[in-house]
Amino acid sequence: MENSLASANQLPSGQTPAELSVAPPHPIKEFWSYFKENRGAVVGMGYIIFLICVALLANYIAPHDPHEQYRDAILQPPAFVEGGSWTYPLGTDDVGRDILSRLIHGARLSLLVGVIVVTLSLAAGIILGITSGFIGGYVEAFVMRLMDIMLALPSLLLAMAIVAVLGPSLKNAILAIAIVVLPHYVRLTRASVLAEKGKDYVTASRVNGAGALRLMFLVILPNCMAPLIVQATLGFSTAILDAAALGFLGLGAQPPTPEWGAMLANALQFIQRAWWVVTLPGLAILSTVLAFNLAGDGLRDALDPKLKR
Amino acid sequence: MIRFLFRRIMLVLPAFIGVTLITFSLIHMIPGDPVEMMAGERGIDPERHARLKAQLGLDKPMLEQYWNYVSGVFKGDLGKSIVTKRPVISEFLSLFPATLELSLFAMCFAILVGLPVGVLAGVKRGTALDHTVMGISLTGYSMPIFWWGLLLILFFSVKLGWTPVSGRISALYWIDTDTGFMLIDALRSDEPGALKSALRHLILPSIVLGTIPLAVIARMTRSAMLEVLQEDYVRTARAKGLAPNRVILVHALRNAMIPVITVIGLQTGVLLAGAILTETIFAWPGVGKWILESIHRRDYPVVQGGILLIASLIIMVNLIVDVLYGVVNPRIRKT
Repeated sequence: MENSLASANQLPSGQTPAELSVAPPHPIKEFWSYFKENRGAVVGMGYIIFLICVALLANYIAPHDPHEQYRDAILQPPAFVEGGSWTYPLGTDDVGRDILSRLIHGARLSLLVGVIVVTLSLAAGIILGITSGFIGGYVEAFVMRLMDIMLALPSLLLAMAIVAVLGPSLKNAILAIAIVVLPHYVRLTRASVLAEKGKDYVTASRVNGAGALRLMFLVILPNCMAPLIVQATLGFSTAILDAAALGFLGLGAQPPTPEWGAMLANALQFIQRAWWVVTLPGLAILSTVLAFNLAGDGLRDALDPKLKR
Repeated sequence: MIRFLFRRIMLVLPAFIGVTLITFSLIHMIPGDPVEMMAGERGIDPERHARLKAQLGLDKPMLEQYWNYVSGVFKGDLGKSIVTKRPVISEFLSLFPATLELSLFAMCFAILVGLPVGVLAGVKRGTALDHTVMGISLTGYSMPIFWWGLLLILFFSVKLGWTPVSGRISALYWIDTDTGFMLIDALRSDEPGALKSALRHLILPSIVLGTIPLAVIARMTRSAMLEVLQEDYVRTARAKGLAPNRVILVHALRNAMIPVITVIGLQTGVLLAGAILTETIFAWPGVGKWILESIHRRDYPVVQGGILLIASLIIMVNLIVDVLYGVVNPRIRKT
């Protein structure tokens, strides 16, 4: 009797309460428990992972070569519409190329564009933002003025201007988009740096003898990462949309590259005979951008310290 | 108030100078010799080359060229188009009303639909309506605008035949374009059916162009309403027994409007960028299509002038929004 009473007050494994309750959850586990509450965000992330797999395995899963023209099967409808066949599951375009294969290879291209643009602009933005926030003075004033001017122009227009100067190609489109989104990262980083600069742990590190570089990149930067991660995820969707827009205007990926936007470039003339040429690439763009936006929104909510429970 | 205005205008000048610097340097970064490019593929002998260079002022030092460029800009001279040989500024002014008409309609559409929808979503937070509205607006700005235009053309023009595919007015009508605004000109022309035709041509492009601003305005209004509805003065108004509609519309909405006005101003830039894509799809003869074609034709004075003019427009609109913000919210005037 006494034993059972005593054991009811004791923890089953024999540990003391102090040992069990104190350790906070691992940051990634904590993040995931917030993140998975947002179903849209989880769906978005799932779709992104699916897309990454498609892009990596493009050469194996695409039924045909994206550049191969089947002249005897021009403008064939998708398999589920009458007149279509399963050789070309989503139909063919105006020169007989299989649309499904082009969409699959286009996924690889779009993800690549997103990765390169975000990496370039994030890296440059962080460096510029941290140095200008840290050093202050004329450097900061000059950099921020330049960023303000770049923000005064609509991003597509500025990207078009840069491509007009450099010449239309996918490579130049990537560069143009990276330059155009740069100000967002610079402002974000600088704002975070200014907020963190006055805090005690920075002063403590400085007093401890940390040099400027160490202070900037090892002490301050890790604490500014949360908004940057959110902005980078949302930046993916902007990059994909802008690359598609430039491709559509003929200023980005050039034919016969299977880029989703370029696939829509001369789709208007087929709008009466072949709706699938118009609808499918756009659906691919929409679903990808939507997935990144959902995931980015979910990330923002999960990483927001004000919502921590 | 005057000092506030003056301070805001002073802030705008460096931005404007900066934009001229960017457009100037952009053109000078183009690989290749501009004189040879203008001469075309036949080539040019050295004497004519030197003469053309002197004529264009390209033999002078960079700083002097920049100074000439900026003084030209302030006098209204933005150079001549290489293709049509007409002054850039007059081409812009003749095409701008088309873009303005389209943008105004698109913005009206975005505000008239986005604002009420956002208020409703904010008031009925967490309900199915709220989630639907947020879902649709998220889809709205995740969509490539050119694809949305193609889709609407497919549905409304091709399948249903309700709206025409391109242009500003049916080719059956010959209208004197005095003002440049097709609706006004159609009204003044007294031709039966002209106004209706102009409106039918305007609807689809406006919806396409206004979709992204609509999504952003709806989202912004919703979150602004959510914040404002938490405030104490709303609670007081409700406690006083005021009708719920009055509380929402008169007390809450007015304060929620402040960030929404800023967003509306910021969307102007988005509108002008979207206009380029929309005008291309609907063959709308506006400024966006003009700049795009000039890029393809390597008509650099037009590209330079067009970007400068559009950027200046955006800066001016942002200035007006800033001042309006100060009018609406007196606390801002102190800064």
